[in-house]
Amino acid sequence: MGFLDSPGGKALVLNLWRENPVFRQVIGICSTLAVTNLLKNTVLMCGALTFATALSCATISVLRAYTPKQVRMMVQVLIIAAYVIVAGFAMRAWFPEVHKLIGPYVGLIITNCILMGRCEAFAAKNPAWPSFLDGAGAGLGYSLVLIPIAVVREVMGFGTLFGLALPARELWWHQWTIMIMPTGAFFMLALIVWLCNHWVRRQGGTPA
Amino acid sequence: MITPAAPAEPGLLVQSLVILLAAAITDNILLTRFLGMCSFIAISRQMKTSIGLGVAVAATTTATAALNYLVHTYIVLPLKIEFLEYILFIVVIAAFVQFVEMVIERFSPPLYFALGIFLPLITVNCAILGVSLFMIAKEGYGFWQCLVFGLGSGLGWLLAIVLMAGIRNRLKEDKVPENLRGTGITLIICGIIALGFVGFSGMIKF
Repeated sequence: MGFLDSPGGKALVLNLWRENPVFRQVIGICSTLAVTNLLKNTVLMCGALTFATALSCATISVLRAYTPKQVRMMVQVLIIAAYVIVAGFAMRAWFPEVHKLIGPYVGLIITNCILMGRCEAFAAKNPAWPSFLDGAGAGLGYSLVLIPIAVVREVMGFGTLFGLALPARELWWHQWTIMIMPTGAFFMLALIVWLCNHWVRRQGGTPA
Repeated sequence: MITPAAPAEPGLLVQSLVILLAAAITDNILLTRFLGMCSFIAISRQMKTSIGLGVAVAATTTATAALNYLVHTYIVLPLKIEFLEYILFIVVIAAFVQFVEMVIERFSPPLYFALGIFLPLITVNCAILGVSLFMIAKEGYGFWQCLVFGLGSGLGWLLAIVLMAGIRNRLKEDKVPENLRGTGITLIICGIIALGFVGFSGMIKF
């Protein structure tokens, strides 16, 4: 049996595309919109979210037999918060300038619906390793949407990519201020949802 | 010409008004900070539930901003346990939401059932935690300023969801491209409303 046929592998792939948290289930989009005006911030945010999702899913799965049903949510929130705190401190230590900009949003990973959703829907019923992969898949699926949005917004809004100026940008590049503003984020996400719905419909599925 | 002796500090009332308007309009928590989007998109289909959820969120942000200010100032800072701050905030919020839920269930069962799953979800509504996190990031805010900031942010969220519910109501009969229906068109409308709110940004100077 190959990796992709194992329950964990299946969950990982499912989260990447067919049940992608952002454009299929439309959850966890607060930070999708907020951190995507610079690619560097986006990549770090995606890293923090994937780390927190994968590890908290694994932990919750390990503890699932010992968690009383009534206080399940509280326990999950505390476990998630613990990992988010670790991610926040790591970011503050290694990338203080990024943390200054998106710090509150890293804290807000705790209330990101993707984490709670994966914990409730998968980790509370499955063993640790598949849960870890499921969480990692959800994190990567989130990154898969955020990174293209960030590339477009940074190129059009700032004329840079990863903080580096585009080649010969004074010759051809014009600033689209709207891409730096919140409006740009809303339009980009709408565009992605639109394209994905179009594609899904052509494949014969039901759009989000 | 008589120049009035300009006070060095604006009065508390003026200052509160500025914080309130800034939090509700120019720094609208939903349209410029993108917080609370999940429940916003799902609930804004109906005007009645939108108002209910909006009021619940506004009440919660006001109260939790005040409570979390106290937690931040009198527990976290003296004990130097900044690393536990997120957890403390979340616990305060969860306890308060539980309380609001009981009150709504008691006084308005129809609203309680209409809100359904979204009531407990206020706990994980990022707008609530977001207000607390942005509040402690602001410098020089005392208890009163935090209370007003929480109220303003909550009212801003209420304003945004009511606007959106009204627009979506009108949109029901219109021919929206098939693949844009639901989430897609909601996001585009959000973008256009956000553009309108940006127009206010020059009006309030801190």
